[in-house]
Amino acid sequence: MKIFVFLWIAAIATLTGFVPSALATNIQEITSPGGIKAWFVEEKSIPILSMEVIWKGGASTIPAEKAGLANLLASTMDEGAADLDSKAFQQRLSDLAISLSFGASKDTFSGSLKTLSENREEAFRLFELAINSPRFDEEPVGRIKSQILVGLNRKLSKPNNLVRRAWFEVAFPGHAYAIPTDGTIETVKPLTPKDLREFKKKQIARSNMVVSVIGDIDADELGRLLDKTFLKLPENPDLSFPNDVEEVKGPILKVIPLDIPQSVVVFGGNGIKREDPDYYAAYVLNYILGGGGFESRLTAEIREKRGLVYSVYSYLAPLQNAGLQLGGFGTSNASVAEAIELVKAELHKIREAGVTETELEAAKKYLNGSFPLRLSSNSRIANIMVSMQLFNLPISYLNKRPELINAVTLDDIKRVAYRLMDPDAMIITIAGKPSGLEN
Amino acid sequence: MKRMTIVVSILLTGLLLTSGVTAQTPEKKYPTLFDPKTTTLENGMEVVVIEDHRAPVVTHMVWYRIGAADEPSGKSGIAHFLEHLMFKGTRKVANGEFSKIVAQNGGQDNAFTSQDYTAFYQNASVDKLPLLMEIEADRMQGLILNDKAVGAELQVVLEERSQRTDNNPTALMREQLNAAMYLAHPYGIPVIGWRNELEKLTTEDAINWYKTYYAPNNAILVVAGDVNAEQVFELAKKYYGPQKAMELPKRERLKEPPQLAKRIVVMRDKRVREPSWRQSYLAPTGRTSDVKTVRALEVLNEILSGGVTGRLYSKLVIDDKVAVGAGAYYDSSSYDQSSFTFYGTPANGFDLETVEAAVLKVINDVLENGVSEDEIKAAKKRMMASAIYARDSISGAANIFGGALARGEKIENVVHWPEQISMVTAEEISEAAKLVFIERQSVVGKLLPEEK
Repeated sequence: MKIFVFLWIAAIATLTGFVPSALATNIQEITSPGGIKAWFVEEKSIPILSMEVIWKGGASTIPAEKAGLANLLASTMDEGAADLDSKAFQQRLSDLAISLSFGASKDTFSGSLKTLSENREEAFRLFELAINSPRFDEEPVGRIKSQILVGLNRKLSKPNNLVRRAWFEVAFPGHAYAIPTDGTIETVKPLTPKDLREFKKKQIARSNMVVSVIGDIDADELGRLLDKTFLKLPENPDLSFPNDVEEVKGPILKVIPLDIPQSVVVFGGNGIKREDPDYYAAYVLNYILGGGGFESRLTAEIREKRGLVYSVYSYLAPLQNAGLQLGGFGTSNASVAEAIELVKAELHKIREAGVTETELEAAKKYLNGSFPLRLSSNSRIANIMVSMQLFNLPISYLNKRPELINAVTLDDIKRVAYRLMDPDAMIITIAGKPSGLEN
Repeated sequence: MKRMTIVVSILLTGLLLTSGVTAQTPEKKYPTLFDPKTTTLENGMEVVVIEDHRAPVVTHMVWYRIGAADEPSGKSGIAHFLEHLMFKGTRKVANGEFSKIVAQNGGQDNAFTSQDYTAFYQNASVDKLPLLMEIEADRMQGLILNDKAVGAELQVVLEERSQRTDNNPTALMREQLNAAMYLAHPYGIPVIGWRNELEKLTTEDAINWYKTYYAPNNAILVVAGDVNAEQVFELAKKYYGPQKAMELPKRERLKEPPQLAKRIVVMRDKRVREPSWRQSYLAPTGRTSDVKTVRALEVLNEILSGGVTGRLYSKLVIDDKVAVGAGAYYDSSSYDQSSFTFYGTPANGFDLETVEAAVLKVINDVLENGVSEDEIKAAKKRMMASAIYARDSISGAANIFGGALARGEKIENVVHWPEQISMVTAEEISEAAKLVFIERQSVVGKLLPEEK
């Protein structure tokens, strides 16, 4: 209502001739001489180069008794390769200021490389050595394992870790998603270099891999480096992927007793998978409910009106084998019951009445208007390009996204809200000493 | 992600160590750190512009030279609390509308407070810059507060304190350590405030604070992104120019008396499952000392803690295996004296005293034998590279300049950081180490599980 003051702004909207799709149109799909595909943006204004790689697989392909193996692999693959031992390998990275790291999630194993463009040949060589010939010597594996074990022990009293871990345990009984990515003290302790060697071979292949590169290099040279880096990998991985979970079943309420002044709460239930035709409606809906920071309904009701929390949020978590909607907040132990009731009331309201035309328009304006911010640096663009490939989105997606969001109608929102926002089926986990909760 | 991040004082150091370098200036062989264009408005507001034309976006920030260390006695937390209250509306923009307007224009906004500054920012498409300036200028002197809005927000801040500090023994320990580090200086008081003082803050406290310090001559505007500096100066004049300069209290904090005794702080908490150790030495900063000493300490910090190949990690974790983690950090840019801090987590079977002794050995080695030319060369090379990497972040550049100016650093010292780092010598590092690593000016912290 106060916005009229600023409407004239539109008239001077071209300070520098804003072209929303400029970066999007610069993405090329290249195929190296040896057949390695990558999405690539040539960006020469800074003499740096970034590569992101994702392999499908990750923690959910590992048997329960070896939980944490993917995470341990990610933490040890840069600890020596071929004839370079751990110290020599790390020294090489350090001397040239190359950053090379690996990561594991429930669904993926990933690699990340950042270098000054003048050191690109050596940076790709070190990445190649790490993925093709990691050493897994006793010393570094033991050292990294003891760091992970200390971390796991610490997490046993950290409310944020406990509550999240518990949520997946109760939501996915008997499924790989119930198993924590970094494992447990019991499962990590016995892991050996042999386990790492075997899992590496199964996980790191070409057909389950997507690659993005941005920076100061041209396509021909990149093609040559991609061949050198990836051609030696086996064609196919050897992984058993988990089954799809059609729906998680609530209601569940689980309290992890912890003597802390503020309870930490995670709530959630069925969301939507990335390829679902209603994904965009769910995305817009989530923005209005709890994804939009200060503009969201949850923040308005629970923080702004009542001061019960510092932060309350929700988000869509589209996993490969399940779609989730998750949310969370922290509130004093005495307010937990009230805050949960407020979340339920908001779900109920949005499910019964949908959202208003004004909210829908505001959401579209934000989601489309803010998209250029997500393409504002090399590292962000590298990450978006690799995620798009992981979710099988076309290169043209960046240009089409505004239309897909604009096409969402009030009816779409209502349909999706009915499907996803069931206050009586919520799965809630709490770490703390909440009072006044009837089970 | 939320508004009101409390910035611990080491943030800027981190940013400085990862700052960018532009093309070489004609008269010097050293690159500069970005190429900011500056001006000062007639009302005293400083303006800094960093152009980056890769993407059609802009970061717009206003920094006030006012932070938690400037608070009156007994009112701890008021600087940060006022940062929250800056979203409560003006005559033109209703309570809660500020962020809504930014969001509907495709922007993201937030704010943060440290011991030395309070800052507000928005990121958006560059065509929104005039709008952002209009609403930010509007709340510089037009804020309206009432008891109802202030009361609800105080509850939010108390929950923030629970979330960040009271729920976390490591954060509680850090508070106790800072309190022991400073005998008189207000850096010993937490930015978010002691709970007993925070609970009692009133609307009147907030209004007094706001009326005293929020003025253009106490503010720095930083704009980074796909802009032209001259155009930004014109816009700044238009939107911020009409704000009235005010007489400001002199910025002077209580002085630290000579520190004559090493302090040892032991905290036990049943939530602690792994013990940890740290030791902080009182250290000079860019404003309080000559720049050569500060840059020497920055290079020394890189040699000691520069990742896996740094002296601390390679000695304690890889070679001796007495720790699973060890490192150091140095806050080089606080307004007043800061600290050079070491930390470590013992490996299974070793205690905190072993870690402390091992760190002391590393420090004594530096004091007695200095550092090698090879180490200096490698450290400088990494620092120069991190300066190039930093150019990838538009908002990072804005943070570097806003933070430095708000903390009394000269802009030349930021711009010529690469040259100053390149000039650091082994002798300077030895001298600086002797100046800082003095046991009686230090505090040791031991965080332990409860005794069984």
